[in-house]
Order: sequence, then C-alpha cells, then structure tokens
Amino acid sequence: MSYPSNLRYSDQHEWVLLDGSVATVGITDHAQKQLGDIVFLELPKVGAIVEAGKPCGTVESVKAVSEIFSPVTGAVTEVNSALIESPEWINQDPHGKSWMIRVSLSAPAPLDKLFTAAQYEEYVRQETAS
Amino acid sequence: MAAPTGVLRKTALNETHRRMGARMVEFGGWDMPLEYSGIVPEHMAVRTRAGLFDVSHMGEIEIEGAGALALLQKLTSNDVSRLQIGQAHYSGLMNERGGMVDDLLVHRVGEQSYFLCVNAARREADYDWITRHNDTGARVRNTSDDYAQLALQGPSSTAILQPLTSVNLSALKYYWFARGTVCAVECLVARTGYTGEDGFEVYLPVSESERIWNAIFEAGKSEGIVPCGLGARNTLRLEAGMLLYGHDMNEETTPLEANLRWICKLEKGPFLGRDILQRQAQDGVARVLVGFEMRERGIARDDAPVVVDDTVVGKVTSGSYVPYLKRSIGLARVPREYSATGQRISIEIRGTRAAAEIVPTPFYRRAKG
Repeated sequence: MSYPSNLRYSDQHEWVLLDGSVATVGITDHAQKQLGDIVFLELPKVGAIVEAGKPCGTVESVKAVSEIFSPVTGAVTEVNSALIESPEWINQDPHGKSWMIRVSLSAPAPLDKLFTAAQYEEYVRQETAS
Repeated sequence: MAAPTGVLRKTALNETHRRMGARMVEFGGWDMPLEYSGIVPEHMAVRTRAGLFDVSHMGEIEIEGAGALALLQKLTSNDVSRLQIGQAHYSGLMNERGGMVDDLLVHRVGEQSYFLCVNAARREADYDWITRHNDTGARVRNTSDDYAQLALQGPSSTAILQPLTSVNLSALKYYWFARGTVCAVECLVARTGYTGEDGFEVYLPVSESERIWNAIFEAGKSEGIVPCGLGARNTLRLEAGMLLYGHDMNEETTPLEANLRWICKLEKGPFLGRDILQRQAQDGVARVLVGFEMRERGIARDDAPVVVDDTVVGKVTSGSYVPYLKRSIGLARVPREYSATGQRISIEIRGTRAAAEIVPTPFYRRAKG
C-alpha cells in the first residue's frame, strides 16, 4: 500500500490529516500489519485533551496490545464510534474509514516531527530492515 | 527460559518458516513461527479445515526396562499401569509438594517402554528430575534432539494424512498411536493434539522434517491447509480449555488447583506429592482454576488481577480474544468461594476494571462426527 501524500505521519506510526485547526488521526498501514488482526480499540472521549507524543488510546490485536500516541495537541471533538464497534476495519482500510479521533488543535501541529509520505515510507523501510 | 548463551535454538524447519513468510518469535529458548497469514485465519483453518504446526521444539524422553513402569508410577500422577501398548495419556510430572514439574503425554510403546512428550522449556529439567529419582534401574534417555514433531490438526486431517502413511488412521482412536511410515519414513503417529480439534501429532527423524512438512502441505492444499504458528496454537488451546505449563500451572500449583483432578489417580499407589493431593481432594482446595468470559469490552491478558468486591483475589493465568467464538475469554486462579459458574468478577486491564463472569470450560467443544 502506498501512503497518501495528503497525510503526515508520526514515528509512532500514527497518521494525521491536517485541515486548518482540525486534525484527524488514525494508525498507519504499517502499524496495522505489525499488530495483525485487530479486535479491540479504546479511544479518548469527546472533550478529552490529547497531547502530542502522549498516549491517547489503545489498539489490541489477538496477540498484542499497543498504545496509540497522539501526533497533535488539542481537545477531542469527535470519536469514530463505528470503528470502536468494528475495529477490524483498521486492517482493511487504515488510512480511510478507520480514522479514530478529530482534534481541535490548541497548539500548531509539530510539523518538524511529522514525516511526509515519502519520508515515512523510508522510515518504515529502515525500521523493517533493522 | 531462554538458552543461557542468548542464542535461540532452531528447528530443522527454521528456514522453511522464514521462506513461507512466518513472523518469528522467541518461545522457551526457541526461534519459532508466531504466525504466517495471521492468527485469526490460521485459527479458523484448524477449526474448519486443517492446519500444520512445526512443534519440533517439544521434548522427548524415552524410558525403558523392567523398572520403567515403577519409575513412571512414582513420578507421574496418572495411572500408567492402565495404558495398553499403543495408548497414550495426559499426565503431570510431580514434585514432593504436589506441584507440577511439567505436564506431559505418556505413550506406552512396548511391554516395558514408554515415550514421553514434554514441554520445550522443560525438557532438561524433566530429564534431570526423572534421572535424579531413578532408583528402579530403568533406562532413561533424553532423545529430544533425535525427533522433529509436526502437528496436523483440523477436521480434514485424516483425509490429508492417510494417503501419505501406512497407519490406518480411521482405526486410530483418540489418544492412541501407531508406528508406521509417513512418506516412507518410520514415524510415530498419534491421534493427539493441543487444539480441541481432531488431528495427529507425528514424531519423525529430524533429518526428514522438510520433506514430510512439504509432503503434508502439498497433500493438504486441496483441503485448504495452512501453516500455523504458536499464536494460533495458543488461541486454539485456550478456546478448547487446555492448559499451558508455566502460565496455568507450575511447580507451585497442584493439579487439583489447575482443574486437573482427572489426571490424579490417587488410588493407584504412592507417587510424589500424593499425600498432599489426597488432603486437597478430601478438604477441597483453597484456590482453583476457572474459565471466565468478559462481559464488558476489553481483553484480559496473562497476569491481569481478578477483583471481587474491590479486593484483588486472584489473577489471570491465560487470557485472549479467541477467533472462533469471537469472545474475550481466559483462565484465572481464584479462591474457591468465588469459583462458581455465574460468579461476577472484574478483571483489571491497564488500571481499569472490566466486568467478567465465571463460565464452564471448555469454552469450545467440537461436534463429534
């Protein structure tokens, strides 16, 4: 799968779609592949404050549990509750309908720390090779 | 336990697994396949068709001679005198405290000879324990390095294996075995398994591993066979309510505390730990192993605390989401007073309590056909 160029990517394997002061967050195709079949998803509630680089939820596959790290700082305005009911979507369509939360930014997105699609692809290649 | 040097042991199929796209994991000092296509599809293949597992990391110990029966009767909890030649049973290798040094399969291969299948991480400990207590003159050999083991599991197992073997599989009853050829190589074929499904465990010479693995795989392609890793092996055994040594029981827990009363033949004569088991059988055990099912969202993982009335009363010994039942289940050791079916408990998952309920095991039982 190629990584959409309209998204930015964190080194913890989250993607973020930036649209003005609103950010939409999910986990990447690489992340879902590493986890395997995802069966459980825990997300913050609407109104919760998330902080860039800090855990904001968990995603569990049959074999492992992994934290989701928010790539941005702000207040959660929307949660994909359909995804909580059908976490297997993350395996099927990680960058599309499997968005997790929308965040109203209270600080600018840390663009210096977020990869472009090309940079992220290279990052994954190096991580996989090591 | 990892190998002391930090170097992982490899089965003869290590390269084959990598070539077939397995994701590898360390288990009991071994570099083993965790999954190929994924735990869920592999689990479902075993429940509905067939799966092939490399379980060559398992250990084998052979005990022979006039003292073999007496030695096994002294060290294991089940009644070895009941075994006929060609029959196997599940048992516990016991210590004086009634704890389990290991769980194992005992196969009676001859009048005075027995073939044990033991856990990978325990094979040296078991061999040491058996030889240390050998006062009967029996010949005890750790032949773990001589054998590879493949487990073919699932309802299509007989159809896949029969064309490859001289053993009449339909005449082989559950927990019976036979010597015969598989792909023209002398093997031991047992109708046993660790998945809750019909199937066979084949003990073969290490040097023939790849040839027999490939042959079974080819023969099973039309039946939809898939290679399976330890991930699916764990979810399958848990769904079937089978125990994992080192998690659900160990040297400090007795079989009665692990829901294994059925492998304790207390009337067979003296054996290590029997007095403690007899007392527990009479008085009841203080803590028991139970099955539970989550009633709220969340997956209970191993070692998660079990809470009743705001008090931690026990812990999860094995927990997972299981793909066939599509539920989050587990085994936990709890005080007897909280062990009844229907008892409400909470499982602490990363600091948050989620409701669960004690349910009977096995969680899954295959339809006999």
